[in-house]
Amino acid sequence: MWSHLSLLLVIIPLMAAPVVAILPPGRIAWLVALLVTSTCFLLAGMQLWLILNHGLVNYEFGGWSPPWGITYRIDAVNALVALIVSGIAAVTVPYALLSAEKEIQKHQIPLFYSAFLVCLAGLLGITQTGDIFNLFVFLEISSLSSYALISLGRNRQALTAAYQYLIMGTLGATFFLIGVGLIYSQTGTLNMMDLAARLPEVTGLKTTHTGFAFIMIGFALKLALFPLHLWLPNAYTHAPSVITVFLAATATKVALYVMLRVLFTVFPDGYLTNTPANDLFLLSGVIGVLSASIRAISQVNVKKLLAHSSVAQIGYMAIGLSFASMQGVTASIIHLFNHALMKGALFMAVGAIVYRVGACRMENIQGLGKQMPWTFGAIVIAGLSLIGVPGTAGFISKWYLVMAALEQQNWLVVAVILVGSLLAVVYVGKIVEALYFQPATSTNLTVKEAPILLLAPTWVLVLANIYFGFDTDLTVGVAERAAQALGVLVK
Amino acid sequence: MNYIVGHYNYFIAIFLMMVGFYTVISRGNLIKKIVGLNIFQVSVFLIYISLSTVKGGAAPIITEGVKVYSNPLPHVLILTAIVVGVATTALGLALVVRIKEAYGTIEEDEIHRQDNSL
Repeated sequence: MWSHLSLLLVIIPLMAAPVVAILPPGRIAWLVALLVTSTCFLLAGMQLWLILNHGLVNYEFGGWSPPWGITYRIDAVNALVALIVSGIAAVTVPYALLSAEKEIQKHQIPLFYSAFLVCLAGLLGITQTGDIFNLFVFLEISSLSSYALISLGRNRQALTAAYQYLIMGTLGATFFLIGVGLIYSQTGTLNMMDLAARLPEVTGLKTTHTGFAFIMIGFALKLALFPLHLWLPNAYTHAPSVITVFLAATATKVALYVMLRVLFTVFPDGYLTNTPANDLFLLSGVIGVLSASIRAISQVNVKKLLAHSSVAQIGYMAIGLSFASMQGVTASIIHLFNHALMKGALFMAVGAIVYRVGACRMENIQGLGKQMPWTFGAIVIAGLSLIGVPGTAGFISKWYLVMAALEQQNWLVVAVILVGSLLAVVYVGKIVEALYFQPATSTNLTVKEAPILLLAPTWVLVLANIYFGFDTDLTVGVAERAAQALGVLVK
Repeated sequence: MNYIVGHYNYFIAIFLMMVGFYTVISRGNLIKKIVGLNIFQVSVFLIYISLSTVKGGAAPIITEGVKVYSNPLPHVLILTAIVVGVATTALGLALVVRIKEAYGTIEEDEIHRQDNSL
């Protein structure tokens, strides 16, 4: 049983999806989804525990040994990302019950949960697989279902946002496919570890460089790395609240994981620093942090504001990655984990407001802080975490990122991180000001606190934000193990 | 000249790729964008298929007396990628139908104009 753990993590949601799709409208679909996601979370937790205590897990499909067969090769990185993805799914589904009933038509609810499970299976598949073409297939599984999920939003803009994401996402995935093809033409293998063994012989060739560039651009599109982030704000703004929570906390994280994996495990040591790639990552990270934070300040829709802030946070991760050092990559992985917690909590709290008020533009949320104290509290604490105030998870990731930048003597980046945090103060402050210091409009005076089913998952994530601000053993410890597992050179 | 003739399959694939990419970027009509996206994807399939050819290689079916076979793996990969491409196209077209119902148009400019006036 335990030897099949890694496979079950992907198979269970994939098999449950068609079952959920044919269930009658009502809460039974939700119940099955809840069961599946909690099982996945447990399995992912067990998988991480196994990895940390017993080392690598290799799962060979059908007994075909690599490089002939497809393998799942799990180390600390995959296990951590799989835990984040399944953990977020496990808190999103309880939240989805009321939120989805409010925002999605009743007859579509089973299909909604079905697509959600397919998306989860795709994302988990990306994290688990050790075969780069298999990764492409899982990428498309998760992408296609997320396009469908985004288009379920209530406004018609959701349709155009989903369409835009479909075009950009498919371009990105096809770029990745070209890159994989070019690298395959040079090495004759698709297995990641086999690629890692064979690529050093062909790193000088132009084809390898081209393949590398295609893979990076393809995943930068999926990651929404500045300036390839244009699909993200609209998609997050118009998607149903539940989907915004889920995608904001998982999809971009998985894309970052793939980037780390390709950069540090698949390609040989020093490939990143010997090509202009790391300068480009640093540049797009720095500009991304600054420009997206400034764009966030000028938004009048809270969801869009947070979406722009997500682009800025992705910039921080790109900065950490560009250092190609142990500390930098560790910082990126910590931020990957923490950002999932804080954006998950923030989008959940905003979703709770949408549940009560039906909209989340600045003028709609005026004075709601006094009517919805628990939701407001969640926004304040998660917002502080986003800014990076000591005592929250956000502080830990910012701290490690600054340390990584200092190690490189890169003062400009230190300044950018600090300015980025100040800009975060402004845009989080803008939400808090509208919620608490503006007088409530007459319609808002009668608004009640969000139901407990929405508040409980939100507060689980909020408390996680505080907990991981104090106990860094899990995040930092695992992130360091993960950076080692990736094969980052210790300098 | 030899270089061009010797690599003609790649030149055709790159040409198609750029045609598709340009169509996606430049056209405002949502259907035409999807057509462009399809051409773009197919060009990548062609690259893969070209890669698998081995000079003098036979079709990869075990036959007596044949020593050199073409590489079957890229074909298998592309079979998967074609399925993915079909699914993407179907979903894209379904979205276009929904957009047409919601906006009454499939021209990008017109959609943007309607949304800003909201």
